Parts: sequence; C-alpha cells; structure tokens
Amino acid sequence: MSTPILKLDNVKKSFGSKDVLKGVDLEVQKGESLVILGGSGSGKSVMLKNALGLMTPTAGTIWFDGQDVTKATGRTREKMRARIGMLFQSGALFDSLTVWENVGFRLLQVDKMRRKDAKEQALETLKKVRLGPDVADLYPAEISGGMQKRVSLARSIISKPDLIFFDEPTTGLDPITADAINDLILEQVHNLGAAAVSITHDMASARKIADNIAMLYEGKIIWHGPADIIDNSGNEYVDQFVHGRAEGPIQPAI
Amino acid sequence: MSNVSTRKRGLPNPLQWIGAAVIGLFAEIGRLSVFAAKVKFAAVTPRWYLGQVWRQMVNIGFYSLPVVGMSAVFIGAALALNIYEGGSRYGAEQFVPSIVVLGITRELGATITGLMLAGRVSAGISAEIGAMRVTEQIDALETLSASPYRYLYAPRFLAAIIALPLLVLVADVIGIMGGWLVSVYALDFDSTTYLRNTIDFVTNEDIIVGLIKAVVFGAVIAIMGCYQGDRSEAGATGVGRAATLSMVGAAVLVLAANYLMSTLFVEIGL
Repeated sequence: MSTPILKLDNVKKSFGSKDVLKGVDLEVQKGESLVILGGSGSGKSVMLKNALGLMTPTAGTIWFDGQDVTKATGRTREKMRARIGMLFQSGALFDSLTVWENVGFRLLQVDKMRRKDAKEQALETLKKVRLGPDVADLYPAEISGGMQKRVSLARSIISKPDLIFFDEPTTGLDPITADAINDLILEQVHNLGAAAVSITHDMASARKIADNIAMLYEGKIIWHGPADIIDNSGNEYVDQFVHGRAEGPIQPAI
Repeated sequence: MSNVSTRKRGLPNPLQWIGAAVIGLFAEIGRLSVFAAKVKFAAVTPRWYLGQVWRQMVNIGFYSLPVVGMSAVFIGAALALNIYEGGSRYGAEQFVPSIVVLGITRELGATITGLMLAGRVSAGISAEIGAMRVTEQIDALETLSASPYRYLYAPRFLAAIIALPLLVLVADVIGIMGGWLVSVYALDFDSTTYLRNTIDFVTNEDIIVGLIKAVVFGAVIAIMGCYQGDRSEAGATGVGRAATLSMVGAAVLVLAANYLMSTLFVEIGL
C-alpha cells in the first residue's frame, strides 16, 4: 500500500480545559475524495486547521505524504504548502487585491513571477471555474458569493496541488449554485488527480463529491466508510445525521 | 458566616484579583515582546515585499500629511502665544522664536505626530488586520506560503519607521511656521528677526533628537496596530475593541517612550 497523502495519528487538540479533538485517526489516499461530516461544534474546522499546520495539535502526529506537518518549519513547510490547496468557507479572498491578483497570489508574491505571466495563468485558471476575463479586474466585494467561491477555488488549484481542503464549500449558496460548485470541485479534483478532503454538513454535496465519508462526533471519528453505503452505515449517529432528524443520540446544538 | 456567603456568591478575593491582573500584565508584555521581535526579524531579513512597503508608506506617510500639518500649525501657534504670555511677565518676549523652535523640534513635532498617528494609523492597521484575521484572510496567506509577518506586519513596520521621521520634519517646519504666523501677525514681531532668531538658535542635535524619537514612535505605532489586529476576536465588537486597544496602547507607549528618550538625551547631553 502506498504512503497516504494525509494521515492523522491520534490527534488531540485542547483549548484550555476544553478538549475539541480527542484522538482523531484518519488516512486519505492519493486521488481519494474524503468528506468529513459533523454537526456544528464537532471540531471539523479545528481538525482541518491542524491538518493544514495553521494550528499545532496538543498531541498526536499529522503526516503529509510521509512528512510530519507538526515538525515542518521554514522552507520545508513552504514546499509542503505549495502542494496543498485550500478553499475557505468564507472564500477568504484578499479584499485589497483584484480577482486575478487573488488567483495569482502565490505566483506573484511567492514564486515572484512576472505580472504579465501571472495574469495569463490566473485568467486560464479562472476559465476552468467558468469565470471570464471580465471579472478579472474586479475586487471581491464587487462579485457575488457564488463567484467568490469560484475565485477561491481557482486560487486553490492554480499551483496544481496534490491535496485540496474544502471547508464547507457550499455553505451560504443556493442549491443550483451549490451544485455547480460541487461539479467544479469534482471536475478540478479529477483533472488534477489530487486528493480532496471536504468538511461539510450538506448531505447533497457529500453524496456528490465523496468517495469515502467519515463522521466526526465529539472530537472523534465515529464512522468511516465508502460513500455509497452511508445510508446503511449501521451507526445510529450517522443515520440521524444523514436523515437530519432532531430525535436521536446527537443533541441539537441549540 | 458572612465570609462563606461572600465566597458562595463568587465575589473575587482582592489578592487573587491583584495577582491575576499582575500575571496577566506580564503575560501580555511577554506576548507583545515576542510579537515585536518576530516583526523586527521579518523586517531585517529577506524576503521583503517592497510593493507592500511602498503602499504602506503612501498610506501612513502621504495620507497623514493633512492631519499632521493641521495639528502642527495650531500647536506652534498656541505655543508661541503661551510663551509670549509667560515671557512678558519677566520681559523675556524676545525668547519666543528660540523656545518655539526648541519645543517643536525636540518635543512637540515628534510627540504630536506620534499621537495623531496612534489614532489614525495604529487604529487603522489594527482594524484592517483584525478584519483580515476574522475573515480567515490571514489563514489564507499562510496556506499560500506567505508569512503574515513578512507580507503584512514587516511592511507596515518598515513604512512607519521611514514615514514618521519624514512627517516629523514636515511637522517641525509647519509648527515653526505656526509660531511665526502668530508672532508676526498677532504679537507684532518683525518677520525677518523672528526667522533669523529661529535659524540661529536651532541646532542639528535638536532636529536629530526629534527624528530619533520619530523612528521609535513609528515602531510603536506599527507594532501595536499589528499586534492588536492579529489578536482580534471575531465579530464587529472584536475588531472595534482591537482598534481601540491599539490606539490607546500606542498613545500611552508614545508618551512613555518620549519621556524615557528625553531623559536619556538630557543625560547624554544630546
């Protein structure tokens, strides 16, 4: 079996006395699309930030293609991050930069590519997410939420990463736009041959983009299996979540 | 019995409260010192984002010119009036030009510029970075292999320590002109004599003292703005609180640094 592109080994994360992650074990193979389900406050975003190296776990190890993320610093971390893309829930576009400067940020600021060449590549990548050159010189505040998600997707794929994280990619979008974003995610991940880790509580999105699904509950992975058996998981927590029932072992977060 | 009921109600023990406040203060000083050291390290080692430095210099320096100029002219004018009023009691009105130029170059030019920029620039930096923090833009920077210390904080630090001395030079000139305006048009001083006395009295050391202070104030203003913005909590309240804390912190530190540097310069005869 080849080295997994991402491996979380007994990862724990606490904030003061609050334990958010209580020992997460997870593996993502190259080219696999894994969706992590979980309710509000289950620790999905914290897990993602730990995997990205934006937070340091309290205990445990995170491996990216065999390299320890938690110990990587300087150039090693930079090289590692160049192979990872990230689509943030809010888009997280830089509002002082134009759309094309956002997409080509890494090329311009990190790789020090000439503006003309970076813009050319940014326009090419925008085309892949069905955005024309007419939006390239606009600022993020001047485009819709769905377009912002596409721009963010373009920014996450421009460097042809081996692993892309999607943080609630369809949250806040209407069902049609959400489905279009799912199609784009599928298409781009397939074209790049990259692995994808998405966190969501949108079941339609999960069913569409996942090869495998894991469920995070109270800081632990309580179920992990192929997406096509999610309706027959045999796990009452997963069943309640998948069918969106208020009654069951999971207490609503209100 | 009353002690028991007080503890049950959860009223803090004064010693515990003081102890927690002191520990909190030292922890905050420690965090700020580590943050400042990281910003300075990023500022003096490659990679530099010169485009960002230039952009911040325009924002911090050029756009602060009106507020600095307006403040300086009124301070210079008020200073001349007060020195005239005080000096006339002892027949020492002729010292107005020399005391105005000394006060402006050694003290008020730098301090007024520092205080105005603590409000305009430090709070602005803090609000901008705070908004970037809560909208995950700073996380996005890191995932794109751009260190926020190098891309956001160091350019603001470098721009502030370059722009502040230039602004102080402008404030010095405009402040002296404010004193000259009042002295010539309201206090009947001879224009040529006033300017001659000003030029004869001021020394290079007086100007250098103001410029050294300006560099330190620039560092304080930029670091406080970046630090509070970086620590900003989510929501409009969090960003607003960060802006307030940075402005108040920068203003107090500017005044404290001014006093310490004035003491040092007097001690070493500068």
